[in-house]
This record gives sequence, structure tokens and C-alpha cells, in this order.
Amino acid sequence: MAGAVMALQAHAAQDSGATITIDNFTFAPAELRVPIGTVVTWVNRDDTPHTVVDSHQAFRAKALDTDDSYSFTFMTAGEFDYFCSLHPFMTAKVVVTP
Amino acid sequence: MSRRQTADGGSQPNRRDTLECMVWAGTGVLWAMSGGVPVARGLLGDAQAAAASDFSFLQMSDSHIGFNKAANPDALGTLREAVARVKALAVKPSFIIHTGDITHLSKPAEFDNADQVYAETALQMHAVPGEHDLIDEDRGKAYLDRYGKGTNGAGWYSFDDHGVHFIGLVNVADLKAGGLGNLGTEQLAWLENDLKDKSASTPIVVFAHIPLYVLYRQWGWGTDDGERALALLKRFGSVTVLNGHIHQLAQKVEGNMTFHTALSTAFPQPSPGSAPSPGPMVVPAERLRSLLGLSTVTLRQGNKPLAIVDTTLAT
Repeated sequence: MAGAVMALQAHAAQDSGATITIDNFTFAPAELRVPIGTVVTWVNRDDTPHTVVDSHQAFRAKALDTDDSYSFTFMTAGEFDYFCSLHPFMTAKVVVTP
Repeated sequence: MSRRQTADGGSQPNRRDTLECMVWAGTGVLWAMSGGVPVARGLLGDAQAAAASDFSFLQMSDSHIGFNKAANPDALGTLREAVARVKALAVKPSFIIHTGDITHLSKPAEFDNADQVYAETALQMHAVPGEHDLIDEDRGKAYLDRYGKGTNGAGWYSFDDHGVHFIGLVNVADLKAGGLGNLGTEQLAWLENDLKDKSASTPIVVFAHIPLYVLYRQWGWGTDDGERALALLKRFGSVTVLNGHIHQLAQKVEGNMTFHTALSTAFPQPSPGSAPSPGPMVVPAERLRSLLGLSTVTLRQGNKPLAIVDTTLAT
């Protein structure tokens, strides 16, 4: 029984998170759809720093060096356009569903 | 360069008589400019180095102190090599123009290390920030505290030396999603005011981190409102635009404007479109120094051809 409960908790924790990788100056996936309450983590895999900045100031990461990550919990539904303020041609989107 | 007719039918003095041309002296690649077209390419030896009476300065760029990845694990070491070449120059240049990305992550220790090595040149450094110099928590305070004295806004300014008007522009601050480099309305208004009393025969040197024209949009290698700055400069007989950011040589001539991007002293980047993305490019160790370097600019009186020489760390 205890084992089953543990497994359930682990499963729930997995569901509450999502990862976006930054590789070759590209956010992947370019559009991520997640339910409200999701913790989204960005990980920089490039050999140069990047940032993650919401176009409407909802969130802003400090500069992420190689393998650094930044997490943000989305508590409201909507479309969040974000970009890298160092390389602003890098744009992507998180869609938070109710 | 023909005589330009003015609206009242008069003509301005032929700029050939007053134009001062630039020669990049040192050891390395030479582009000789004739009639606005690069016509010669070869090596300039010490024998052709500038005479002691000429006014010369250096362009250095993209030192990225703090960078330690595979493309160059020792960016401080290669800067030291570049500085050793500066110290060995037969003719002492007047100062250094740094076209940005002094550091990799805007950390105090990175600025300290860079300052310490550049200080060995015993030359004044006129800098503009690259985007890597503005990524401290306070988004640019670290840079401005060190290099911003007497500058405006995010660090733009101008100064005069030997009759040449130098303008340092900042096109890496407050960039907008989907955009390129950006100067902004406040800086452009400042530039217009800065230029308004200058005679068209004044040689102009503009320096900024990202190229002012759009060199490769897909990688963000250009400035959205760069054309507005260039429009303000069009009436001048000699305009030289020095940039960095792309870590490779690129040269373009349009009328009286010469555009030149410098090598980095830290790591090379791929040529436009030749890789999935820009960024540090790993090359065989024996090739690295042939892709890093600096430039020496010499102004000479009279109608001499304008030439650009870039010295690599391999020569």
C-alpha cells in the first residue's frame, strides 16, 4: 500500500512540471501547452548565455549560462509570449489552459 | 566623389581636398579602398607601418572575459596575447576603441580581469557595451559604473581627436521581442543634435557593438533603426562604422561610408547561415588564433586610399 501511494505522488509531481530547452538559439517546444499550476523550467543547453523574458513582464529570468535553469509557476490561464532579451529573434510561447 | 550641388546652385568644396583617409596599419590582411571599392588584398609588413606623425588607434572587440567553453577555454589568455601585440606595435596608437562584450556574463571579476589586462597597454579605452556587458542583476549598472562616466543613457557619447569626430552608440539595451539591435528614439535625437553643428568635411568614426546595417536578419545581426542613424551621417564626406558582435571580418562600402566588423579575441562564430545558429564555434586548436585578432586604424593627411588591416593572433 505504502509503495502504491509513493508511486502516485511521484506521478503527480511529474505531471505538474514541464521543461523547455534552449538549444541552437531556439526555444523548444516553440509553443508549450500546460494546465494552470504547472511549473515550467527552461534549461539552457547552448555555450552562450540566454534569458527568458515575458513580453508583458509576467516573468523575467536572470541570464542563464550553460546548463543553468529557470522555473516559473503559471497560476493564470492565457498565452504568454516570451523571448531572449540578448537575442530577441528568439521568441516562443507558453499557453496555459484553465 | 563628385562635387555636390547645393539647393542654391552653389557647390561645396571638393571633399577630396579635405578628406582624411584611414589606413589600418599592422601586420595582416589589407583591403585597399579605391573609389569606394576594395581593390587590393595582401599583407602589410612593418615596412609599410604608419609614420610616427600619423594618428592611429586600435579597434578591439568581443573579449568575452569569463568565457571558458570548448571554443576557447582561456579567453583571458588570448586577450593577453592580443595585448602583447599591442605593446609590441612600432607606432604607439592613441587609444583603444572597444566595440563591446568586454565580459561574458557582466560579473565583477570578469570586468576586473579585463580591466587589468587592458591596463597593460597603458592606453585609454573608449568602450561601448555589448549585450553580454549588460546582464548583471541591475541590467547595465556594472558596466556603467566602470565605463559610463560622462556618457548618456545606456552609455552613448562622442569625443573629438585629431580632427576626427568619434561617436559611440549603444544598440544592445532594452531589445524588443522579435527585433534586432536597437538604438531608440532618445539616442537618435541625441545623435542628431550631436551632429548638427559638424561640418560635412569632418571625418566621422561611429562605433557600436551590433552592425548598424542588417547583415544577417535570421541571426539578429543588424540594427532595426540603424538606417535612421546612417541617414543622419549621409552628408559627411568620410564615415567609418566599426562594429563587433559577429566575431568575424565583414566589410561593406556604400558611398562615403565604410563598414567594418572586427575579429573577437575570444572565439570565432560561423559565417551567416553556415550553421544551425550563431554562437561560439569550435575549430581545431591550431586554427583558433587565425580567427582571433584586432585592428589598427591610422589616419593620414591627404587623399590616400583607405585600407583596412586586421591582425590575427596567428601572424
